[in-house]
Amino acid sequence: MDTTVATTGKEGKLWGGGNEPLKASYGKMMMWFFIVSDALTFSGFLAAYGFSRFKFIDSWPIADEVFTHVPFFHGSYPMIYVAFMTFILIMSSVTMVLAVDAGHHMNKNKVTWYMFLTVIGGIIFIGSQAWEWNTFIKGEYGAVQTKGGNILQFGQYETVDGKETFKRVAIADFAKATNPDRVLHERKNGLWYVTEAPLPEFTIEEVLTGLKANPEVLVRTQMLTEEGHKTVLSREESLQQIAENGKLVVHGANLKVNEYGAPIFADFFFFITGFHGFHVFTGILLNIIVFFNVLLGTYERRGSYEMVEKVGLYWHFVDLVWVFVFTFFYLV
Amino acid sequence: MAQEHNLAIFRGLLKFKSNTQKIWGVLIFLSIVTAIEVVLGIYKPEVLMTQVLGMKGLNWIFIILTIVKAYYIAWDFMHLRDETTALRRVIVWTGVFLICYLIFILLQEGGYVEAVFRNGFVKNTF
Repeated sequence: MDTTVATTGKEGKLWGGGNEPLKASYGKMMMWFFIVSDALTFSGFLAAYGFSRFKFIDSWPIADEVFTHVPFFHGSYPMIYVAFMTFILIMSSVTMVLAVDAGHHMNKNKVTWYMFLTVIGGIIFIGSQAWEWNTFIKGEYGAVQTKGGNILQFGQYETVDGKETFKRVAIADFAKATNPDRVLHERKNGLWYVTEAPLPEFTIEEVLTGLKANPEVLVRTQMLTEEGHKTVLSREESLQQIAENGKLVVHGANLKVNEYGAPIFADFFFFITGFHGFHVFTGILLNIIVFFNVLLGTYERRGSYEMVEKVGLYWHFVDLVWVFVFTFFYLV
Repeated sequence: MAQEHNLAIFRGLLKFKSNTQKIWGVLIFLSIVTAIEVVLGIYKPEVLMTQVLGMKGLNWIFIILTIVKAYYIAWDFMHLRDETTALRRVIVWTGVFLICYLIFILLQEGGYVEAVFRNGFVKNTF
């Protein structure tokens, strides 16, 4: 018990750890050590993301066009869902800090309830993130990847409220699959133990035929214009791009291809939000353990709820990281 | 074992009566900041899209607001406000110094690679 609370039996002694210039218990100090090193890990990832973004600064995907979905609602609502997720995480941070405060007053009942609410908040957050990943992986419109690895998307000009706007069009809306006979090569047949990537729904030829048959459909490249919009090609350029450079039809995103733009955007999205999600998951587990310890009266008998505070530090740190992930993936 | 809490935020401008009240106060503040970020992110006012120090003005606003939020999470939720000054400095300065260095090195390099593409040494537009 002594190891978890501040007393070490060395109080007042200059040597052997008796001198405590920082006035923090061992456990809390170690949690801060961990948090500082973990913060450096996350900033390493985010700075690497910044590197790739600066590298492709003139063609980076626009977050508002990528994350537009809200569960149970159709239509385009950029930012709304992720703002909700941010709010949930801040809320669960608040219940956590309230649990710490109740712990200082040795109020077991309140600590129990606040820990419970914190766990619920964490579960809602991680569920939302799973949904967000699922939507991102499934994709929406589909795109064509060129030989150079660039992404070409499709759309057409429509007049909405007297203003001409570029509306995205899904490949499935104008291209027709004509050659369904092509079978996916699996490792169990043909050349053994050799596999291929899942077949795209359409071939480039089918997309080209569809594009020729629909004169209003245009190609949009990833290059950003002066105003920060994606460049829309003319009809001739559109046909030429697909015919000359088109290589693969992609739908959705994974670690290799990404219909929203640079593949590295998807890689970083999966890696950084995944690593953060893993932290949330670990935090939920720790919170559950502490919750049951509170319920069993472990800390009541120990005479100190410091463990709630230490786990709380970790939980707030997860929230802190999310604040930065939110900014650099969804806002900036 | 009720502990001493520093109950003033905004440099003493706002003083709370209890720690619980302070927590709710900070929540309200963080929610307001997040709401501002979201509204700016959706509407993207034209005025803020001009370049300031190599980046869009709006992006600077987002980054500053993020650091403000991080400050209040660390100071009030993680109780850094109540720790000794030395512990606070050990945590914050270490991180800030190393992170600034890392960001500088990587963004500098990213900008250089971008220039290689832009100046046509390596072609990636096909």
